[in-house]
Amino acid sequence: MAEKGIREYDAKRMMAKALPEFSGGQFSYETEPVLVGPDTDMDNLVNEHPWLKTEGLVVKPDQLFGKRGKNNLLYVNKAWDEAKNWIRERMNKQVTIIQATGETTGILTHFLIEPFVPHEEEYYLAITTHRDKDTIHFSLKGGVDIEEVWDSVVTLDIPILSTIKDMDVEGFLPDELGEKKKKVGDFIRAMYNIVMDYHFTYLEFNPFTFVGNTVVPLDAVAKLDDYASFQCAERWGKIDFPSPFGLQKTKEEEYVAELDERTGASLKLTMLNPKGRVWNLVAGGGASVIFADTVADLGYAKELANYGEYSGNPSTELTYEYTKTVLNLMTKERDPEDRPKYLLIGGGIANFTDVAKTFTGIIQAIEEKSEQLKDANVKIYVRRGGPNYKEGLGLMREMGERLGLPVEVYGPETHMTKIVSMALKD
Amino acid sequence: MEDYELFDRNTRAFIYGTQQRAAQRMLDFDYLCRREEPSMAGFITPAGGGYYTLFWGTKEIRIPRYRTILEATQAHPEADVMVNFASERSCAETTMEALETDTIRTVVMIAEGVPQRDTRKIAAIAKKKNKWVIGPATVGGIKPGSFKIGNTAGTMDNISDTKLYRPGSVGFVSKSGGLSNEGYNIISRNADGVYEGYAVGGDVYPATTLVDHLLRYEKNPGIKMMVCLGELGGRDEYDVAEAVKSERLTKPLVMWVTGTCSKMLPKGVQFGHAGAKADSEADTADAKNMVLREAGVIVPTSFDDYGEKIKETYESLKTEGKIEAIEEPAPPHIPMDYRQALAEGLVRRPTNFISTICDERGDQHTYSGIPIDRVIEEGYGLGGVIGLLWFKKGLPKYARDFIELVLMITADHGPAVSGAHNTIVTARAGKGLIESIISGIVTIGPRFGGAVNGAAEHFSWGLENNLAPRDFMNAMKKKNVRIQGIGHRIHSVEFPDLRVDIMADFARKHFPTTPTLDYAMAVQAVTTMKKNTLILNVDGCIGVLCVDLLKNIGYEDKEIKEMIDMGFFNALFILGRTIGFMGHYFDQKRLKTGLYRHPWDDILYDVPDKPEEA
Repeated sequence: MAEKGIREYDAKRMMAKALPEFSGGQFSYETEPVLVGPDTDMDNLVNEHPWLKTEGLVVKPDQLFGKRGKNNLLYVNKAWDEAKNWIRERMNKQVTIIQATGETTGILTHFLIEPFVPHEEEYYLAITTHRDKDTIHFSLKGGVDIEEVWDSVVTLDIPILSTIKDMDVEGFLPDELGEKKKKVGDFIRAMYNIVMDYHFTYLEFNPFTFVGNTVVPLDAVAKLDDYASFQCAERWGKIDFPSPFGLQKTKEEEYVAELDERTGASLKLTMLNPKGRVWNLVAGGGASVIFADTVADLGYAKELANYGEYSGNPSTELTYEYTKTVLNLMTKERDPEDRPKYLLIGGGIANFTDVAKTFTGIIQAIEEKSEQLKDANVKIYVRRGGPNYKEGLGLMREMGERLGLPVEVYGPETHMTKIVSMALKD
Repeated sequence: MEDYELFDRNTRAFIYGTQQRAAQRMLDFDYLCRREEPSMAGFITPAGGGYYTLFWGTKEIRIPRYRTILEATQAHPEADVMVNFASERSCAETTMEALETDTIRTVVMIAEGVPQRDTRKIAAIAKKKNKWVIGPATVGGIKPGSFKIGNTAGTMDNISDTKLYRPGSVGFVSKSGGLSNEGYNIISRNADGVYEGYAVGGDVYPATTLVDHLLRYEKNPGIKMMVCLGELGGRDEYDVAEAVKSERLTKPLVMWVTGTCSKMLPKGVQFGHAGAKADSEADTADAKNMVLREAGVIVPTSFDDYGEKIKETYESLKTEGKIEAIEEPAPPHIPMDYRQALAEGLVRRPTNFISTICDERGDQHTYSGIPIDRVIEEGYGLGGVIGLLWFKKGLPKYARDFIELVLMITADHGPAVSGAHNTIVTARAGKGLIESIISGIVTIGPRFGGAVNGAAEHFSWGLENNLAPRDFMNAMKKKNVRIQGIGHRIHSVEFPDLRVDIMADFARKHFPTTPTLDYAMAVQAVTTMKKNTLILNVDGCIGVLCVDLLKNIGYEDKEIKEMIDMGFFNALFILGRTIGFMGHYFDQKRLKTGLYRHPWDDILYDVPDKPEEA
């Protein structure tokens, strides 16, 4: 949704395509990099990219995380056979990386291969976007942790309704660039126009260098506004938006993602703690966040089993499938101390979603799992409003009586998250 | 209207799009508020022209449809709002166009998925022009007693329950549109109701932000306190804290930022909204709630006591005498929509139509209960589909194959027969496909092709009444009825019609029984004694075999008679032959043949000199 990180490979691939056009032919990007995924036939790669055999190579994982050098995941100036082995040794292996934000464990699946380029200068360039302006950051001291040399960074703001043509780009660049100022200025102008036209929301080269008029971004980080995909399909080419590193989906999360793809409605599930006792089955993106919040804010964070939502008027069948998935996980085992578990069928006051209809799907799944729910000592709390909510709530009450399950049912007269405290203080 | 107000009781608006349901909800709200005039000025849709009819209470009124924003604004210079339902692809463009007009002051962008850069430009342009844009990715907002944007606040029941038909003292603004209903509900239960409420939308850069609206509320003397619901991601909530600190916001403000659970989730999890993602510590809900609390905003400890904080604030303003009691108006009754009443089981009415063969309402269309994908996968074929839709039966393979055989055999019989001839003449007169084949089809009847039905009727009557072939012939003669399906122009016993042989052989081989065919063959043995061309012809053969087919798949004689009376047996001939008629039509069009005129020398002109005297 909206701002999404893309692979370094894709950022460079787009740049290779766009740079000659946007610089009026002044700059080129000579060697398009190569991406190796789990299904890539590496032996065949050399046929498609003969330079792999002749150049020194740089290899690194390409999965939306940085600090690859510090994590020993950078392999520099190696021959093809060495590079190939290095990748094979690491492909599909689990690693833990350390970044400024902490440790993340995930599986390596994608690697970027580029020619090794001997160079002298290492510049820093970042283009960031904000509500009412874009900002260009430049420094002569690229190639290091930029926060450490932030004093060397100069910035130029371009108000949203202005163009870079109106800006004194050379004026903001440091004088130490000397005669290279014009060249760097031209490059920045071209890059800025690419950022605008390709709907980048963030682009960083740390560092980049020149070899003649060939630009070499040694390291790139980029985000696109995926809302612009309908305008940019041709410019972007085939692109995927990988999940952040370390986010591996469980089987059930994967299944819910599949359900989500099948429909215009929205179905989401993120497992937090399968042993947790509080399970959310909440309608609406906003409300689902608040229910999870409230469980945590009332001090029961460690009991929170999942984050999830269903919204956008899903069909009875989809709601049934979604509910069944959550109930399966919930009833897998009893609480070791035999305490009750709580199923919160929550939600705000719907605008369009037919409450009775979606509840019919939920009830179907509960009926099917009623014995397991009893075995796992599950108590159900319901709170919902919106179209046909009275009928929906009535169906829930009736279900509880019929199946002999403990069900408490509330409507808009009860504060939305009250069922959270009712359950937790039970 | 003051500059801090967006709407009043006279506000008039356009809907860009064809959202009649949203428009009806707006009109129902107007009616509930006892507005004198409906707020809807018109729809703007490129397909434009004409009207939609909507309800004003129980009365139907017409709302015009315009092709362009320009046309609409010229017709209604008094309308200063456009609720833009255009898709994310054209929402930015149409919003920009509306901002360029002199008369439209407020635009609401409903679509989710408008590119950020487009929205950022729109926000800057609107600010420059002193105009207001709400959204994108929002349901809109509401000004109780005055005006409601599109689908805001959901059902009329909810609007009545939360008293949104009359203003209260609380200004509300949230990011989430979905939660705005809940916000109005909480305010109506813990204070005297909403004065104004908006959802700015869940994007990273909504065109107007929380603080933009709070600053308007600050200036509005009708608003005594403010309630705000933010969310994690982005920095807009810090602008609110800043405005409170710098005393640009001085009215009591109760605010909560949702997403405090993000610390428990794996990094990078995206919540429902585009903007709801914490990339850094400052983006988190906890950080924002803390900064707001420090700035002097009334921040609950969790969403759970959000309502209580609102109540406390409201009650203390009341005690201080800053809020006066509201005189409750009695809102008029809004008739319930038939569909709604039906969904709630409150009304019923007999249907005018009934279908027992198919249903197109679900994800997949069904033929006699079989979803179309199964029809394809399980190889029903054309014969099987006819079985499902005509007989409402899953036919055995031999029956499907027989039907397809009949279609193949009847598909065409040359250009000279009456139906093909008519089709050709009509095509040559410059008419279209439908007229041409209809002119062919209308000739099908008792003399052309209709013998199928007749043969089925005659032979099954004879068989049913156990008449020996000769007795049958005599009985028919006595009734002065020609036996249908007997006789051919060229073919004879010695020179049989291959088509009849093929069908008869197929039936003998695959049908469990062929009593009617056997009976017809026995009759043929007698008729051909008289004249060797009096053989069972194609129509006759199809007719008797259709009877046998029905008997084999379990139809009673009585049911078969009913089907004969319906003309059921001609249906196969009509269907098959239409293939040929279409062929003739395309043939004539390809050949570009001119208008047909029948030659004089082929017409006997035998006209008397003068008419007979009457």
